[in-house]
Amino acid sequence: MKIALAGNPNSGKTTLFNNLTGSSAHVGNWPGVTVDKKEGFYKYNNEKLSIVDLPGIYSLSPYSPEEVIARNFILSDVPEEAPNLIINIVDATNLERNLYLSTQLLETDIPMVIALNMMDIVHKNGDTIDIDALSKAIGVPVVGICAFKNKGIKELIEKGISAVNEKKGATSVLKNSIISGVFSDALAAAQKAGVRNELFVAVKLIENDLLVTHAYSELAKEVNSIKAKYQFTEYDNDYESIVADSRYKYINSNFSSFQIKNIKNTRVSRSEKADKILTHKIWGIPIFALIMFAVFHIIFSGDFLYLSIFGVEPIEAPGVILQTWLGELSGMGIEAVAEGLSNAAEWVQSMIVDGLLGGIDAILSFLPQMLLMFLALSIMEETGYMARVAFILDRAFRKLGLSGKALLPLLMCFGCAVPGIMATKALENEKERRISILIAPFFSCGAKMPIWAVFAATLFVDKGGEFVVFAMYFIGIATAVLLTLILRKTMYKGETPHFIMELPNYHLPQIRSTLRHLWDKFVHYLKRVTLVIAGAVVIIWLLSSFNFRFEFVEDIGDSIIGVISKGLSWLFVPLGFGMGDDGWMFVVAVFTGLIAKEMVVATLGVLAGMDGDSILEGGELAGTSIAVLLSTLSVPAAIAFMTFNLLSVPCLAAVGAAGAELRSKKRLWGSIGTWLLTAYVVSFVIYWVGTIWWLGLILGIIVASVITLYILDHKGILKVGKFFDKIFPRKSTGI
Amino acid sequence: MVEKTLNNLLPLQCGTVKKVTATGKLKQRLFDMGITTGTRIVLKKTAPLGDPIEITIRDYELSLRLAEATAIILEVEETTV
Repeated sequence: MKIALAGNPNSGKTTLFNNLTGSSAHVGNWPGVTVDKKEGFYKYNNEKLSIVDLPGIYSLSPYSPEEVIARNFILSDVPEEAPNLIINIVDATNLERNLYLSTQLLETDIPMVIALNMMDIVHKNGDTIDIDALSKAIGVPVVGICAFKNKGIKELIEKGISAVNEKKGATSVLKNSIISGVFSDALAAAQKAGVRNELFVAVKLIENDLLVTHAYSELAKEVNSIKAKYQFTEYDNDYESIVADSRYKYINSNFSSFQIKNIKNTRVSRSEKADKILTHKIWGIPIFALIMFAVFHIIFSGDFLYLSIFGVEPIEAPGVILQTWLGELSGMGIEAVAEGLSNAAEWVQSMIVDGLLGGIDAILSFLPQMLLMFLALSIMEETGYMARVAFILDRAFRKLGLSGKALLPLLMCFGCAVPGIMATKALENEKERRISILIAPFFSCGAKMPIWAVFAATLFVDKGGEFVVFAMYFIGIATAVLLTLILRKTMYKGETPHFIMELPNYHLPQIRSTLRHLWDKFVHYLKRVTLVIAGAVVIIWLLSSFNFRFEFVEDIGDSIIGVISKGLSWLFVPLGFGMGDDGWMFVVAVFTGLIAKEMVVATLGVLAGMDGDSILEGGELAGTSIAVLLSTLSVPAAIAFMTFNLLSVPCLAAVGAAGAELRSKKRLWGSIGTWLLTAYVVSFVIYWVGTIWWLGLILGIIVASVITLYILDHKGILKVGKFFDKIFPRKSTGI
Repeated sequence: MVEKTLNNLLPLQCGTVKKVTATGKLKQRLFDMGITTGTRIVLKKTAPLGDPIEITIRDYELSLRLAEATAIILEVEETTV
């Protein structure tokens, strides 16, 4: 038996799904769209019931991808694929709006049971709901449950199964509404035509639903002629309005009476108090900044309690400690294996230790901090704070054609682009999501920090090293803004997405379900990227350990990658770092950096004749061989080198994440191309402007005049925009 | 009774939906979220940067942009909550 789980967002659907399916759950995707499809099993009397979690929706209208997915699944063209039962989860603390979806689900032929969730909160508030009376009025079984506490689940399934056996037909609240005449005529027409889910089709044809009208064009004409016989001047004959109105009116007059509300509602007022502070006119944004700072500090800081201010040895933040600990553990493991292999051939040792184990180590090296970022994100999502962040910062992002919801994923990228890219899932608008993924790597992540640090400590040690680090962050953000503006004017043209968002009540995160959520994401991610990363590391090892005759070499310069880098170094001469005897070394570093940014410094160190790890461990770098190597670069060339590493393909892990979110090979290659091209162009400009200052002057004048023209145009003093519209007439776009 | 679009409401003012003038996707979305004729709306607050706004409708909190709020015509009550 197949059961579909349907309900509003924030109704506790995911929790119910997790409790029902336990460890049998797995994540796939719905055909054609980037929405997760979660499936699992519930064991009932030795029968495996298949449970499918539909996306959270407010309605079955044909506009958002989520709604269309839910519809197509419930009303599947192939009767055998349609679910046998719908479990409609309803938030008991918000009956009115939740039951709106129920009235639509009732119109399908699929048997249904309503799970009235959060009954514990209803009781706590001192409210009561007469479940039996509600069940009678709606005509399907209603079961009070508490998904968080796993209460009422068994009864829910039992009632659901008996609903399947009873097989009550579809029903609509419209039969008792002001358009009951239209409704019964349309239904009769649909019955005569012999369509499946006749009642649903009839109602949707009354509503002028795009998809159904298209699928049943003959029937649609008939329904239209039925509609022409009636007049509803009060609504200007707007049937969408009449139908939505009728649903809510029916809910209000027939179902709401079973709910008795306590006047003093403590939970809402607590939520309201929290909201007053967190979305405060003045303090809302600073508080958000503080929360983000705290998150980053706990995960990445080397001086957790600011002890160095008092001249005490600093303590590292929990995230860093965890990272170091895991690094040491895997280091010990690798050492042990290396010892065990000491009798094996040199290339075998190298393959297993440097190649294979190195690959596992590369994954482990960023795992703890990445997981902690995920955790922070999950908590913000579950408490309801994420929606508030979008609310307080939407305005700032709109100019870029993005909504406030894009901010959090992008901020995450300062830590690690992988959770950032994966968090773009929360963005409803497809264009917005793709743009966010494209600009995600430009936000300087934790793994790029060592590159800036090494340059700051060597080449820029007397030239404002701190400033260079700062400049890298700035270049990244500026490029992201610029690329977004360009994409919005070209490839991703179109209206800014609507922003109509529920602000759910705040509630404390449920540890069990949060960790569960985290674990799911983690496994999902590992499955997708482990092979890719491990494979890539082995390939890099092959390329840097063997020459073209496939002989094992000691010197990277003689290896395949060394020879290729020497051959391709001319490509980087325009960026200032491919020339000279040592130029190719920077090219090797750029190549290994495409795999993981941690490898850039390590590669440069090895090529300079130093142990890569010792550089990363800190200490005085001035005068060492890596400092000598870096000093062969001019200042503009060094910045161009850093910029290229900042903007190009971030790392294979991020590429894997982007591939998982874009779900299209073509778009993934497009993104990789965009990153490489952007990196090349920006580094090129930086190098040449830095080398020939008057070029900077000319560019500056051009930029300044474009900005002046834009401002003058905006204020209506000049009519540049209109002039351009005349030359390139825009196609009018309806909303 | 004064008629106003939702974007012109002041914080803590309330009104009853008279008409939704949006079309297509936006219209359906507003209806689905419960903004139908005769519904009472309270403007809770505006975001720190002036836009979007937060309203209370049918016992829950909803946020939308001023641009979208222009499509909602209200009959405004004279007293605030």
